[in-house]
Amino acid sequence: MFSVDTVIHKPGTFAKEQLDESFDYKWPEGGLQYIPDWIYTSNEIYQREIERIFQGRTWNFVALEAEIPNPGDYKRSYVGPTPVVVSRDTDGSVHVFENRCAHRGAEFCRAQRGNTKEFVCPYHQWSYDLKGNLQGVPFKRGIKGEGGGMPKDFRNEDHGLLKLNVATLHGVVFASFSKEVETIEQYLGPEILKDFEVVFKGRKVKLLGYYRNELPGNWKLYHENLKDPYHATLLHSFLVTFGLMVAGSKNGMIADALGRHGTLASAKPDNVSAAVGEVKGEMRAYREDFKLADGRFLEYVREFDSPWSVTMQTIWPNLIVQRELNTLGIRHIVPNGPHSQIMLWTMFGYESDDEEMTRHRLRQGNLMGPSGFLGLEDNEAIKFVQEGLRRSPSDKAVVKLGGNTLGSTSSVIDEAAIRAMYAYYRKEMGL
Amino acid sequence: MYPGYDMTPPAPRETRELRFEIEEFHADYCWTLDCGDVERWPDYFTDDALYRITARENADAGLRVGLVYADSKAMIRDRAFAIKHTQMYAPRTMQHFVTNVRVLEAKGAAIKAQSNYLLLQTLVDGPSTIHQAGRYYDTFVRAGGRLLLKERQCIYDTVLIANDLVLPV
Repeated sequence: MFSVDTVIHKPGTFAKEQLDESFDYKWPEGGLQYIPDWIYTSNEIYQREIERIFQGRTWNFVALEAEIPNPGDYKRSYVGPTPVVVSRDTDGSVHVFENRCAHRGAEFCRAQRGNTKEFVCPYHQWSYDLKGNLQGVPFKRGIKGEGGGMPKDFRNEDHGLLKLNVATLHGVVFASFSKEVETIEQYLGPEILKDFEVVFKGRKVKLLGYYRNELPGNWKLYHENLKDPYHATLLHSFLVTFGLMVAGSKNGMIADALGRHGTLASAKPDNVSAAVGEVKGEMRAYREDFKLADGRFLEYVREFDSPWSVTMQTIWPNLIVQRELNTLGIRHIVPNGPHSQIMLWTMFGYESDDEEMTRHRLRQGNLMGPSGFLGLEDNEAIKFVQEGLRRSPSDKAVVKLGGNTLGSTSSVIDEAAIRAMYAYYRKEMGL
Repeated sequence: MYPGYDMTPPAPRETRELRFEIEEFHADYCWTLDCGDVERWPDYFTDDALYRITARENADAGLRVGLVYADSKAMIRDRAFAIKHTQMYAPRTMQHFVTNVRVLEAKGAAIKAQSNYLLLQTLVDGPSTIHQAGRYYDTFVRAGGRLLLKERQCIYDTVLIANDLVLPV
């Protein structure tokens, strides 16, 4: 976090952060092979993203149903940067509403998770039911003989919490500010739904726990990182050295029809050393001398009906579904200004796991998260990119791998999925 | 505070002696890490050690995930090797401050203790920041006249991690 004034990259001190509505936001010549820096640095663009994307016709991840299994269970969450509450009513239905009292605006729900019969704003004790309807207003009719109170035409029904549209799919809860958004199945599309269902359909999720971190980089960089299989085979020594994802073996970058979602998929080769041997000269991260002292960590239990041992799904605009061998998790992106995002990780296994499988997932969890062998390298790299974009006078990035194609690829040496995402983004943003 | 770490301390004199010994252990352990000598870090653990770093919200809810989770000294050694030789991260230095050592129990071969820790991080172009405030829950055993960790649970309050936690706690 940039909380200290002595930091030389203090936000707000670089020209690219000062752009306002008077700036000519013109995409650079060369179409989608270049990305202008201002989409990562301009507050004007960030505000437009909140309005058109996070509060627009999108489905945003807010919770796993396993986090709120019982009537009265609730969880604090976010849609874009907006705080919301996800609650389960006594009838079993799931509701999402703004974490903002309809009276004076207090963010009334303070606990991360809990169980309650009603929500009561601590400021003036307005109370709401588990669906977000206003139930009680203290002294609504004033005090007898002294007057005061609400006007006669005040109706509780007109003053409930702002409710969001809710969809649940195989135990995953999504919310939308839009009432016109398509169904969640249509929104994901068949290409993405397929690998989503591998993780969630017909399975009962068991929570293993949470990580939270602030990542000092624009939220779109996280999507790009997982639509960029090129980096995976170069940056991450664990993937390369242990053959978890190697250029030349069976990989795929799958995009939906609009280009907004993606699945980075990889099949661990049976013969790792043969797969690595052909391409290791190109990969500096490959370490011949690295042998695991405890090999259990990277064992792969084939528990899924899928050709892929790894699927990393980017679901626009705020969800990553991670299936990396047997380590499973949700990453929930909360945008935090142009230069920052909060990453909320929920790691899980399945109810059917025995103790040994649970321990296996816990061990393999070392790959991911803010201390994960892969996770921390991604966080470092994304931070480096944001610093470079913000602090230099150069003004664009190059995404030319694979030429000018858009969408799915079988080669990992390609940036077509990033270009497809920006083709979609430009339309949504009017850029 | 943490399951299995209740306070049933030995007699006052033994408690004081053990506390002094544990404080010396912490000083050595932290010196090793703060010097950047991470490949000597596994030497402070037994072969079957459990090492976990996790947020207080997980510990309080009985959730088992670890930011780092190692259930053998071999896994601790693999992490040490990766940090030293293969991981990509910006240069940094760390300083540990360990205080409030409390001896909780000394029965049979195992000694249980808790301590507060403060972890400062300094990146090359920034100020020193409080990277983590937390608590160790430790189970020590004796081997060859010195204390070794059979279990170390690092439970941190600093729920929102500043980007990442690269080096051990």
